[in-house]
Amino acid sequence: MIAVRNLAHSYDGSRALALAQWEAAAGSRWLVLGPSGCGKTTLLHILAGLIRPAAGEVSVFQTDLLSLKGSRLDQWRGNNVGIVLQALHLVPHLSVRDNLRLAQYLARAPQHDAAVDEALGALGVADKAARRPHQLSQGEQQRVAVARAVVNRPKLLLADEPTASLDDAAAARAVELLIGAAERRQATLVVATHDSRVKRYFSNTLQL
Amino acid sequence: MNLASLSAGYLRARPLQTTLSLLLLALGAGTIVTLLLVVGQLESRMGRDARGIDLVVGAKGSPMQLILSGIYHADAPTGNIPLAAVGTLQKNRFVRKAIPLALGDSWKGYRIVGAGREYLEHYGTEFSSGKAHEKPMEAVLGYEVAARTGVGVGGRFAGAHGIGGEGNEHAEAPYTVVGVLARNDSVLDRLVLTSIESVWHVHEEHQGPQDEQDRKAMRDDREVTVVLVQYASPLAAAMLPRQINSQSELQAASPAYETARLFRIVGAGIEALRAFAAVLIVAAGLSVFIALYTALEERRYDLAVMRTLGASPARLFGLLLAEGLVLALAGALLGLALGHALAAALGAWLEAQQQYPVSGLVFRIEELWVLAVALGVGLVASLIPAWRAYRTDVSRTLAQG
Repeated sequence: MIAVRNLAHSYDGSRALALAQWEAAAGSRWLVLGPSGCGKTTLLHILAGLIRPAAGEVSVFQTDLLSLKGSRLDQWRGNNVGIVLQALHLVPHLSVRDNLRLAQYLARAPQHDAAVDEALGALGVADKAARRPHQLSQGEQQRVAVARAVVNRPKLLLADEPTASLDDAAAARAVELLIGAAERRQATLVVATHDSRVKRYFSNTLQL
Repeated sequence: MNLASLSAGYLRARPLQTTLSLLLLALGAGTIVTLLLVVGQLESRMGRDARGIDLVVGAKGSPMQLILSGIYHADAPTGNIPLAAVGTLQKNRFVRKAIPLALGDSWKGYRIVGAGREYLEHYGTEFSSGKAHEKPMEAVLGYEVAARTGVGVGGRFAGAHGIGGEGNEHAEAPYTVVGVLARNDSVLDRLVLTSIESVWHVHEEHQGPQDEQDRKAMRDDREVTVVLVQYASPLAAAMLPRQINSQSELQAASPAYETARLFRIVGAGIEALRAFAAVLIVAAGLSVFIALYTALEERRYDLAVMRTLGASPARLFGLLLAEGLVLALAGALLGLALGHALAAALGAWLEAQQQYPVSGLVFRIEELWVLAVALGVGLVASLIPAWRAYRTDVSRTLAQG
């Protein structure tokens, strides 16, 4: 489970996030809601170990993130956290398959093409493996980004504004993809959004 | 996926800049390797040709010309000296060996050298067919002469007066080939050898009909062109040249000194080429730096995403360094290949000119230095981009988009 206590963070002196207490059970699905600038992205980055909070405690699956330093924190992130970014950020000159292999390589995970194909297959883009990202539709790119986030079987799947700038149908598909991927891997899903259209998919919400 | 394939992928994604960097580095490294190969082979070849020869004695004139004509057979002789001088030299206590040569004629551009058997022995030659010349008008062909002209044992040819191959033919006194030398990798490969008597004979015939008195007069006036001298003791170096140069008609030149002088003269040109190559390599380093540095901006999301996928800052640093190094290695290898190709092309041209053969298939240990310098340039050029990649603020970058 994920446990956060007395979390506070600020950028250049202005407060970015304050969260007294939050707990999320393993395998649960959470929606982090709030207006722009309330610290949703900051919270995701703290959970992923990308930024170190100014104050507070963060425990993710019995790992005290503040005690992990340097490359050990990076290694932990590679093995335990999958992140889907709003802008997806697939590496443009690598094929879809190589984008997933890159995730395995950087996490120092064994490079199994079987795992790559399985992740792509589960998201319905197995036939796009040899393509470059720019040759795919927006929806296909989203599927590849989710596949890349889950290829290393993370315990925690994070998504930052996955539905922004998508129409209703596409937004629904995006959320369903994330939920489906998290359920198949029994991963905890935390989605940060200001988009209230996706509320109905989540039983747990954290309002910032 | 590994570091090499990942960095190579990024290099392929910028084909123009990558090609420019490769080209600059390859040209720089190629120039240096060509110089290394050509100069190195010329030096070792000239050293081999002059081995065991401490002094060349000939007619007065330019000492360098004396060396070039007497040892390397690459210039016109300075003139002739009386045959009697050979005997005096051979008796000199500072002299171990004195090998007289009679020069002046050629055949198809190859010099005809009148010399005794000791000349062949000095270079340790072996015969691929036939035997050494014994009687007048018998000739032995060097390896290259036989290979290029296709003439073998039993063949006959007439020498031409002069060394350019354009003189009058001595058609009335043809030579018969009695032997062909095995490859010797020395100047002998490009020579036609005969006895000194043959050279005298050709030129005496050339004078036309004579009576017995004329013939005797000519015999008394017999001359040789140069004498190759090997010292009997180190002391000879101090004494012998002075002794010889004090005689009015003789000149002694030291091959070691004259070739060193020659390389000093040619050396300025070689240094200029080396400096040019160094400029190319520095330009290549700048090109690598600019390519990596400018690409950082468009790559900052890639780098941030790599951090989210578990890469440590050190691995991003390593990735950028690897790109610089892969580029440098590829450029340097391309340069080595280019250098050897250029040396081979130059060698083919020189061979067609009947000059020193240069091979592109020789490798020198200094080429590893070229490789090391190129890698060093790649490393230095990618240090700053790599440092910037190391410092990527992943959270802030992702928050921006």
